[in-house]
Amino acid sequence: MSTQKLKEIIKQVLPDVETVICWQEGYDKLNVTPIFITSPEQVDQVVWNPLCAQNLASYLPSQKKKVAVAVKGCDSRTIVQYMQEGLIDRNNVVIIGIPCKGTVSKKKVQKAIGNEPVEEVTFTDGSIKVKTPSGEKTLALADVCPTKCTSCQFPTPIVYDQLTADAIKSDKPPESVYADVAELEGKTLEERKAYFASQFDKCIRCYACRNACPMCVCQDSCIAETRDPHWITQKNSLDEKVMFHMIHALHLAGRCVECGECERVCPMEIPVAKLKKKINKEMKDLFDYTPGVNPEDKPPMYTFNVDEAKIKEHKL
Amino acid sequence: MADKGYLPKEKIKEFVEALGKDAAVYAPCLEGDTIIFRQYTADKEISLDRPANTPPKGAIYPQCETLLSFEFKKDAATPQKMDVELKANTDFPKAVVFGGRPCDAKGFTVIDRVFVNTDTADPYYKKRRENTTIITKCCNSPYAGCFCVGVGGGPASREGSDVVMTEVDGGYYLEAVTEKGKAVMSLSMIQDGSSYEAKAKQANEKATGAVRNPFPADARISPELFDSGDFWGRVVDKCVSCGACTFLCPTCYCFNITDEQAITTGERIRSWDSCMFQHFTLETSGHNPRPAKYKRFRNRVGHKFSYYPEKYDGAIACTGCGRCIRYCPVSVDISEIVGYLKDPKADPKQWAADKKDAKN
Ligand code: SF4
Ligand code: SF4
Ligand code: SF4
Ligand code: SF4
Ligand code: SF4
Repeated sequence: MSTQKLKEIIKQVLPDVETVICWQEGYDKLNVTPIFITSPEQVDQVVWNPLCAQNLASYLPSQKKKVAVAVKGCDSRTIVQYMQEGLIDRNNVVIIGIPCKGTVSKKKVQKAIGNEPVEEVTFTDGSIKVKTPSGEKTLALADVCPTKCTSCQFPTPIVYDQLTADAIKSDKPPESVYADVAELEGKTLEERKAYFASQFDKCIRCYACRNACPMCVCQDSCIAETRDPHWITQKNSLDEKVMFHMIHALHLAGRCVECGECERVCPMEIPVAKLKKKINKEMKDLFDYTPGVNPEDKPPMYTFNVDEAKIKEHKL
Repeated sequence: MADKGYLPKEKIKEFVEALGKDAAVYAPCLEGDTIIFRQYTADKEISLDRPANTPPKGAIYPQCETLLSFEFKKDAATPQKMDVELKANTDFPKAVVFGGRPCDAKGFTVIDRVFVNTDTADPYYKKRRENTTIITKCCNSPYAGCFCVGVGGGPASREGSDVVMTEVDGGYYLEAVTEKGKAVMSLSMIQDGSSYEAKAKQANEKATGAVRNPFPADARISPELFDSGDFWGRVVDKCVSCGACTFLCPTCYCFNITDEQAITTGERIRSWDSCMFQHFTLETSGHNPRPAKYKRFRNRVGHKFSYYPEKYDGAIACTGCGRCIRYCPVSVDISEIVGYLKDPKADPKQWAADKKDAKN
């Protein structure tokens, strides 16, 4: 239903913009891929379903002209954060908001179907049916969704110009957002160290997590790979990998919009978003700030107060 | 020595440990949900269930290796004189790459043409390559993105392997392809394999028939379309310029060399580089001949499907392993792009940058 509406909206806004960024079917039925629409004939290729996990808002800062973009609730936080940080001109973006009931992690689906080639995918309310050479398998969306969907607070975009369906409210308790971080915090320092070491040891320094991150603004000038100055060694030891991830995490402090792109794209299946969520939780405790929810907010690291309510440095 | 054998599944561990007696064995190991080629040790779990996330390339061509180490030394007698002592090591142990796929093994043959079969062979790669035996697992079926058949390979291709193994009746039928491979067949847990040969052949044929073939391997690339910036702009606009496709590719061999120095000692290291990175062609002057993403992407496709084949008798520098498709953050499909380029009806006008205008 909302796919039809999405196509209608795209046709309607297309004459006013250079490009509409949306999703289309990818190389197989379990994949969707972005489509940059510039002509009405392309609109038929548009798809909207739980496979549309990619955060398309990430493309906005690199667009030179006025564009329209399809966003889910979580993706809209990226736009809000861009507005806070002055990275986009809101007048140059038409936001097509999609109320979303949850996406699918293709890695989880692939695992559940034993990595067989996918022939057909269909969705019914709450489940995904996948056809492979050895038969059909029905999986509950709740079992194959990315972590972020299990605690989604913003199923309807926070900012939008048009909505493809009626707004929906979150049915997930706010405490669930940092449940995975709390679990990590329950472990001893040694256990946490061992956990992150075993995860980051798999990293190949491909930087997909960084390049797909909407808030990694340095991109080609990232100190992890600049050659002049040559800030960081190119060795692939665990220390160097951890160093890169610390840089990414710290630069995202109070800026990470928890879109999970870093984790979704990692070819080595490293839970890269965890560190950033942990820092976000600290930022929330310290500054009572949640990134990407209010365009009028100022990110805490973009400003300072002489006396911070929860930082006691002047009262030694 | 027999060149056909059979290895029951429950003997895999024993087999790998026997191989490891006098060699470093690199095998696909399960870590969480990820399968990575690691040097095998008894605490690791080998998984042959699907192709590994990474190719085994790093076993012979490590992501990062020390080419030489250096130390500046003052001469006590003449303090104004500084000597530099250099050390280089090419004394590598014997190695085995176990459990790669045919597309992985073929990947080494692509690198060989550049690093070995030339009058300026790379001593590090060459020595490791000579010391390594490659035991490959044929695929039962293709996986997401696979297109080996489209580039002249296949799920049972022997190219680059010393031994190939095919899954049959609770075990593997082994076939030695080279003399190095024959030596492996003498290990005690390898049983007589002749009765499995026909079955293995059948399985190989079935798998080969199931792999997609996105374009005729010998069709030529349209030079007009290849030169069209509009075409590249359109197929590449979604790419985020990361290194996933190149770092996971069994054939990409570009590297960077850096000196990592701490006061008086240091190392000259070679590490993988990626033509998808903006820095790849950044020159000292600040000029960058490939500043735009599409130019970098065009290099990746051009290198594999045009420049390399021109230089090496038509050999394609892509083995169709599908990793760059499977793990691309935005599902860029190289086979789709090459398909457009090899389409006999390819027409750059169809890709005009502003289709709205082109239609008018
Ligand atoms: S760090 Fe990860 S979760 Fe946070 S904004 Fe970047 S991609 Fe999204
Ligand atoms: S995407 Fe994964 S493998 Fe690549 S740099 Fe990030 S964490 Fe490492
Ligand atoms: S590309 Fe071919 S050889 Fe490689 S994993 Fe896929 S089916 Fe096997
Ligand atoms: S993996 Fe995909 S997004 Fe990354 S550089 Fe390659 S084609 Fe581009
Ligand atoms: S270009 Fe892609 S499909 Fe071809 S060998 Fe490299 S990773 Fe595999």
